[in-house]
Amino acid sequence: MTAMATRIQERASGPSFLQTFLSRHGGMMPTFAAVGILLLLFVGAEIFLRGDFITPRNISALLLDNAYLLVLAVGMTFVILTGGIDLSVGSVMAFSGILGAKLLADGVPAVVAVPAMLLGGAAIGLMIGILVQYFDVQPFIASLAGLFLGRGLAYVVSLSSIKVEESSLLWLQSTRIRLGDWYITPTGLIALGTVAIAAFVLHLTRFGRTVYAIGGSEQSARLMGLKVARAKVGVYVISGLCGGLAGLVLTAYSGAGYPRNGIGTELDAIAAVVIGGTILTGGRGYVIGSMIGVFVYGTIKTIISFMGAEQSWMQIIVGALLLLFIVVQRAIVARSEGRR
Amino acid sequence: MRSIWRHRLFWPVVALLTLIAVNSIARPNFIKFRVRDGELFGAIITILRDSAPLMLVALGMTIVIATRGIDLSVGAIMAVSGAVALTIIDNSGDAGNLGVVLIAVVAALLVSLVLGVWNGFLVSVLGIQPIIATLVLMLAGRGVALLITGGFITTVNSEPFSFIATGYLFVLPFAFFISVAAITVIGLVERRTALGVLTEAVGINPEASRLAGVRSRGIIWGAYIVSGTLAGLAGILYASNIRAADANAAGVFIELYAILAVVLGGTSLNGGKFSIAGTVIGVLIIQTLDSTILFLGVPSAQSPVFFAIVVVVVVVVQSPRIRNAIGRMSRSRQPKAAAVEPPVEDKQKAEVTR
Repeated sequence: MTAMATRIQERASGPSFLQTFLSRHGGMMPTFAAVGILLLLFVGAEIFLRGDFITPRNISALLLDNAYLLVLAVGMTFVILTGGIDLSVGSVMAFSGILGAKLLADGVPAVVAVPAMLLGGAAIGLMIGILVQYFDVQPFIASLAGLFLGRGLAYVVSLSSIKVEESSLLWLQSTRIRLGDWYITPTGLIALGTVAIAAFVLHLTRFGRTVYAIGGSEQSARLMGLKVARAKVGVYVISGLCGGLAGLVLTAYSGAGYPRNGIGTELDAIAAVVIGGTILTGGRGYVIGSMIGVFVYGTIKTIISFMGAEQSWMQIIVGALLLLFIVVQRAIVARSEGRR
Repeated sequence: MRSIWRHRLFWPVVALLTLIAVNSIARPNFIKFRVRDGELFGAIITILRDSAPLMLVALGMTIVIATRGIDLSVGAIMAVSGAVALTIIDNSGDAGNLGVVLIAVVAALLVSLVLGVWNGFLVSVLGIQPIIATLVLMLAGRGVALLITGGFITTVNSEPFSFIATGYLFVLPFAFFISVAAITVIGLVERRTALGVLTEAVGINPEASRLAGVRSRGIIWGAYIVSGTLAGLAGILYASNIRAADANAAGVFIELYAILAVVLGGTSLNGGKFSIAGTVIGVLIIQTLDSTILFLGVPSAQSPVFFAIVVVVVVVVQSPRIRNAIGRMSRSRQPKAAAVEPPVEDKQKAEVTR
């Protein structure tokens, strides 16, 4: 909202200021566009569904239903900012979820099972990071190995769904912290907390600035003496950790671990990150943008289920939106390259 | 001798032969053939037959990867192609009619070709990164396929249509002939004309090849069209095999297996030099491994663990770090051996990562 307001103000104060703003903050434009799309979707749905859409209940559910995707998108943002990609997150989430459910079903206390879930995810991330950094494997292929490994290990843990009875894990989902008609669950808090920590790390720590520097130009980052190797392995570990955390959130959400969870979720996460304005060549983007991207994704899903349309439209609309955003990004990148 | 083991197909061939040897020892039935009604049966025949869809997709993927691209949408194109073909046959009311089946197949191939044109347009004209450009169709394609079938799994009982995947011509499966035909056509066009060299030129340095007068746009565009059309044919094979168009299950993960096959065959994902023979061997390795895993009694759902291990081993062995180490070892034994190659490769890598 504030973004729109500032843009209108600039237009009033003349084109030269607008141009300066655009050239300074060209990288933010896709994120503003995502905010614009989100508002448009809200307003459109509100009008189309005759004031039935923007209710505290719906908005609260939006966060609740997409908490796991939000966590994944945060991890994915780190990787994409370095110019990499992580295809493994969906499988890692499934593996971590089923691992946790199995451990809990075997009577392991939650204080052991939950760290095991997170470490399991981080370990797969570490493997991908080492392959990428030390063996010069392309991120696509290295994370592909992670995808296969995660999915296979999920089935090794269990071939069928395992119900979770552990009360502390279910508490994450069943508790509703209410404020009037609004509510938030601990899983929602976890997701928002992840976003906040990620934003802090990316913008206010040495590691975060290194991540942006690698995305801008790995060569320059190395020549500047930044710890490129550590940061590059680090982003995959973070993404794996987020995958593990998403497994926890999803297990709490669905009340069970299931090895077929999250097939294709990596694509949803990538789509959300791209819609949120992070550029796939790396170096530009914001974790807040990824959050907006997830909400755009979730809102489309809600609208489609409200309209009772077929789910197939969901895939088509997300595909079309993705295309729109890439073309916008392409134009921005082309312009900034032209300036250089 | 040295030139044999330094040949880039050496390790893939060794891997395939090892797999076949292990299988032959573990289950003697593996290498046995038996003839029934003039049709050949056996584990190897099954592998050759079942590998056809992956073979087609991987061939197209090889060309795309050679141009320094990637095509993630092949699975979705398979789903669309199968949906188009079966919907036409289903609606015709005369499923057994050869003419209807031919029209359905041609229509499905045309639709796939158009999808390939779309991918190629995004990559070569709009200049969008291949991963993302094809991701659009990968996401939207299954939705389109579901719309075509109306959200159902369309099933048909059509003799001519199921012949495509399960029929026999002379003594061998018809699907095998399809994949041999595809390999031959692609091999001839790419290796007996200048097209292959031009494709490699575009993959190695698009800008330089453009300045040298290569019409890189047309070559890249063509690669995606070929990949889309071959994926469409693979979709028809898949649908014919299960006699149904399952928009959700057709070609799931096939893009990953196809990329794996290409990489196993020694074609670098950085584009440039490609090997059709390598891809063929890569596909056979994957299919044989799949058959081995099934034979071991591992639930097929768990087989990705094995593929993960294979991917890791292959990429680590191919990595410059390990190659340099091997290069150093052979240099210390044979001081005169030319070991200039590894650093060159390093430079190429650095260029790409930048």
